[in-house]
Amino acid sequence: MYLAVKGGEAAIDATHQLLAETRRGDPTVPEVSVTQIKEQMALLVARVMNEGALYDENLAALALKQAQGDVIEAAFLLRAYRTTLPRFGSSLPLDTTAMAIRRRISATFKDLPGGQVLGSTYDYTHRLFDFALTNSGNEAQAVTAPEPLDAVMPRVLDILGDEGLIEREEPRDSDAIPEDITRDTTTFPAGRAVRLQSLSRGDEGFLLGLAYSVQRGYGHNHPFAGEIRLGEIRVCLTPEELGFEIDIGDITITECQMITQFTGSKAVPPQFTRGYGLVFGHNERKAMSMAVVDRALKAAELGETPTFPAQQQEFVLYHCDNVEAAGFLEHLKLPHYVDFQGELELVRRMRAENSAPTKVETP
Amino acid sequence: MEPSRTYQRKDWMRLLARAKASDIAALLRDLPPLPTDALVRPAETGTIMVEGRAGGSGARFNLGEATVTRCVVRVGEHLGFSYALGRDREQAHLAAKLDALLQDESRREALLEAVIAPLAEAQKKARELASRKAAATKVDFFTLVRGDE
Repeated sequence: MYLAVKGGEAAIDATHQLLAETRRGDPTVPEVSVTQIKEQMALLVARVMNEGALYDENLAALALKQAQGDVIEAAFLLRAYRTTLPRFGSSLPLDTTAMAIRRRISATFKDLPGGQVLGSTYDYTHRLFDFALTNSGNEAQAVTAPEPLDAVMPRVLDILGDEGLIEREEPRDSDAIPEDITRDTTTFPAGRAVRLQSLSRGDEGFLLGLAYSVQRGYGHNHPFAGEIRLGEIRVCLTPEELGFEIDIGDITITECQMITQFTGSKAVPPQFTRGYGLVFGHNERKAMSMAVVDRALKAAELGETPTFPAQQQEFVLYHCDNVEAAGFLEHLKLPHYVDFQGELELVRRMRAENSAPTKVETP
Repeated sequence: MEPSRTYQRKDWMRLLARAKASDIAALLRDLPPLPTDALVRPAETGTIMVEGRAGGSGARFNLGEATVTRCVVRVGEHLGFSYALGRDREQAHLAAKLDALLQDESRREALLEAVIAPLAEAQKKARELASRKAAATKVDFFTLVRGDE
């Protein structure tokens, strides 16, 4: 229990000022700009947008500057800001086949229509320091091919889907408006829409740990990266006052389709099952983790017994939100003086009661 | 360059939504001054919920929100609307004003040529350049032949 206490206003004012000074660091060193963070820390910005559940690169960069690079604190700033804004509506569902591809790979099919496009990735770097980056003035120039990529690239799993060997992903009968965890309380068992929304804003480290646990055997499935694609995708909307669909700009998206062999159950024949990851910005590790955990959470629907942590909806969905988790953990720093006083007296009384009879027995 | 009469209202709205306020303003600089507009709904920032589909093709789900700025203005008999990702109120205002002006047939051709066509060209070029850079990283597989065969 937390009881309100008074006092400490002057100390709090002073701590705000000390925080501002600490954040700025050595004043003889040039201050980092929000635009610099946005342009040169793009992967970090993507992480903050995901965990903050709000796509806005400028705000995410500002949040990082304000939070001295603390990702969860930055995500918290985005979440708090979001609550001050009106919601104009929902976009039409993103069409990821129409993505302007910057990277697209498949670990399961070598020859896919449109090709394997490595894009910008650390995958093939040697993880050796480039000390030249300690100095500024680095110019870099990418190679350009004579022709652009195909405008539309089919999703790899749709190609395999034609053989009927892979679980189908089809709209629900009504193609109904999905549940929204920012407005409705999550109840269990949670539907796929609730699970995917929770995972897409979930903590990257937590989801990575869960996905790793699945890979190591705590979840009965061995995933393959069917396809990972990164690029810009248009966001469309049909405003009521206009009555027709408009395209309001592009966002960067990473999509991951995992496939997992499934030996079948009473309800479902042997086939490949799917896990899906979709996240803001360039964030492959998160998209892959999300896809593995999404598949693990399908356990009940596929007739598997949910034995492992990654398969248990309540465990995963209640604990993957790092803003909530940090809030609950860090509230322990707030004064619990009265609470603790109560516990202290209880322990004293118990010890007194325990020792009382022994005194009687030893005359 | 695309002939300007192929632009529909949806096309110019799409192009304006992706244009920086400074780029639109720069294209307007050499034109005779535009008529003044009346704000019907001043530029305001809110969010939209971005939806995806499970597996890319399945049931809808909410991915997360994105900031959006919108604006409505009136020029003469025409109402101009804009919606654009981000929080740039100046861009939203300029885009709404141009949407109203572009609905006026007496002004449309000149504005399509001076503002919309250059924006289309610049955006197409940027998209193509990014795609050509990605295309340079496309893998060409070849099969290794063993030396003893």
